[in-house]
Amino acid sequence: MRLTVDNIRVSLGGRLVVNGVSLSIEPGRVVGLLGPNGAGKSTLMRALAGQVAASGTMTLGPHDLTGAFCSQVESPDVRINAEKQRDRPVQRFYETLHRSRIGPAERARLIAYLPQARAIGWRLKVRDLVALGRLPWRSFGSRASAEDHAVVDRAMALMDVTALADRIATELSGGEQARVLAARAVAQHTPLLIADEPASGLDPAHQITMMQALRRLAGDGRTVLVSLHDLTLAARWCDEIVMLKEGTLAAAGTPETVLTDERLAEIYGVRAHRARDAKGLILAPVDLIGASDQP
Amino acid sequence: MRPALLNTGLAVLALGLFVLSLLVGPADLRFDESILGLFAAAQYHGEGAGIIMREIRLPRALLGLGIGISLGLSGAVLQGFLRNPLAEPGIIGVSATAALGAVAVFYSGLAGSSLYALPAGALIGALTAVLILLAIAARQGSTLTLILAGVALSSLAGALTSLVLNLSPNPFAAYEIIFWLLGSLKDRSMEHVALALPLMALGWLLIALSARAIDALSLGEEAAASLGIHMGRARFLIVAGVALSVGAATAVAGTIGFIGLVVPHLIRPLTDRLPSSLLLPAALGGAALLLAADSAARLVLPAGELNVGVLTALIGAPFFLWLVMRVRREML
Repeated sequence: MRLTVDNIRVSLGGRLVVNGVSLSIEPGRVVGLLGPNGAGKSTLMRALAGQVAASGTMTLGPHDLTGAFCSQVESPDVRINAEKQRDRPVQRFYETLHRSRIGPAERARLIAYLPQARAIGWRLKVRDLVALGRLPWRSFGSRASAEDHAVVDRAMALMDVTALADRIATELSGGEQARVLAARAVAQHTPLLIADEPASGLDPAHQITMMQALRRLAGDGRTVLVSLHDLTLAARWCDEIVMLKEGTLAAAGTPETVLTDERLAEIYGVRAHRARDAKGLILAPVDLIGASDQP
Repeated sequence: MRPALLNTGLAVLALGLFVLSLLVGPADLRFDESILGLFAAAQYHGEGAGIIMREIRLPRALLGLGIGISLGLSGAVLQGFLRNPLAEPGIIGVSATAALGAVAVFYSGLAGSSLYALPAGALIGALTAVLILLAIAARQGSTLTLILAGVALSSLAGALTSLVLNLSPNPFAAYEIIFWLLGSLKDRSMEHVALALPLMALGWLLIALSARAIDALSLGEEAAASLGIHMGRARFLIVAGVALSVGAATAVAGTIGFIGLVVPHLIRPLTDRLPSSLLLPAALGGAALLLAADSAARLVLPAGELNVGVLTALIGAPFFLWLVMRVRREML
């Protein structure tokens, strides 16, 4: 499903962290969300996943997800929106009538969100943890169906954690936990997957496993929005790059067009070595711009 | 262990201890006398065994069952919800405020006016705590806020209880208050059962409805919300459910500690550790433990009778310490 996002704004603590970002993403694409620390990547993702209150509109295929912006994990900044809405009661009422309101349960069947923080509360078996991704699809009190088991198995295979299925998740290494948690989000089987730095802390082989897995999900027609710090991974594996700077959209397009020398200098202050092979761009940051001592 | 096997085993254990609770007491009834007293209507009605069984031991055993279920279930749901193995029903301040409500009734001298005055005071106390907690949770809805508010509420209620004791004009009233605070199932009637059981059952229902939410919360609040869990609704179900069941329990039996803390720890290693899988076994285990403790309290000091709250604390605290030492980080 096509994801369209228009003029998203999020304020945290009275500061506009995301300031009017608009995006349009075709289905079957892996889109990398890039930008320096504090550029608003995580906040934008949390807003799209309905985790923080935001203003703006958002549609996914035929679904109007704007209603999903009603925040779930409440923050003091809900107040700011509430105040705005109080100023325009008639318009607010009109919007309420004409908006297909999507509840948390329905949203969970459309958007899977993998938070950056890797939290595992109890000594759960890997398989049981991944199966939590099926919760939005199961009615209250029902047992997991054969389809649930099949989806969980596929998700574990995709993230290369099948061999860990009967291990205790809290006893795994950090990289293994990251893949197990990613498998949970995959098992949610949504048209849109939002993953916040899923590749950080993974060894090179599993970074590639992770990016290949995301590519395969996109190959099934799903949309993947993934934030990354690793420019090499982003250039290699993403169809499109969305670059944020100080809460606004700095650039969007293919890796070749977005990750230019000038833009890397402007946004990250780094110089990168670039090469090409049959599969495309190879980008390796090598130096700070204006650094006095050369290696 | 297979869930069906675990639940059946615990149910049989709880039922057995329920029967044991019916058979134990200072009145030296034989087994057949007890059973006849309980069931045979006509010829035993009005006789000693019938009165003892129906009006003393049956309500006591029923309350032991219901309160045990409430404490075990509340402990299990709170540990799952707060993702904290140290959480227990007392942590959200409901026990302390319920006790304060009861103590206020003692102090005002209304306790003698009606059988219902004391439990009503405790329920009002518990309800006040719930309203305060929900108001705080609605305004600033994080789990940490809820814990801190509960701790603050507990301290305040404890301080006010001390104040009442301090101001109590009559040393006998103070003595009665302390005795009540220790927690006991002694001398409770079917009226107490009729008052507490429906409220506790409603609380159990609300807690059961939060099963999905606590499972999803294993992955943190953000992941749980992304799994379609409505956090505000889950908070309401759990706070209201725990307050109703534990508030009603405290209203009729005083404060009984450690069961809500220890039982989930004992049971958890026997489950797949999903918080929802722990609910039913923890409820049954809580019932079994309280019934066992209450029977033991009658047997240890046949003349004086130990308060069951004292017994659970005496056994529970060192046991918990041992548990922590033994399993250390595995207790999660």
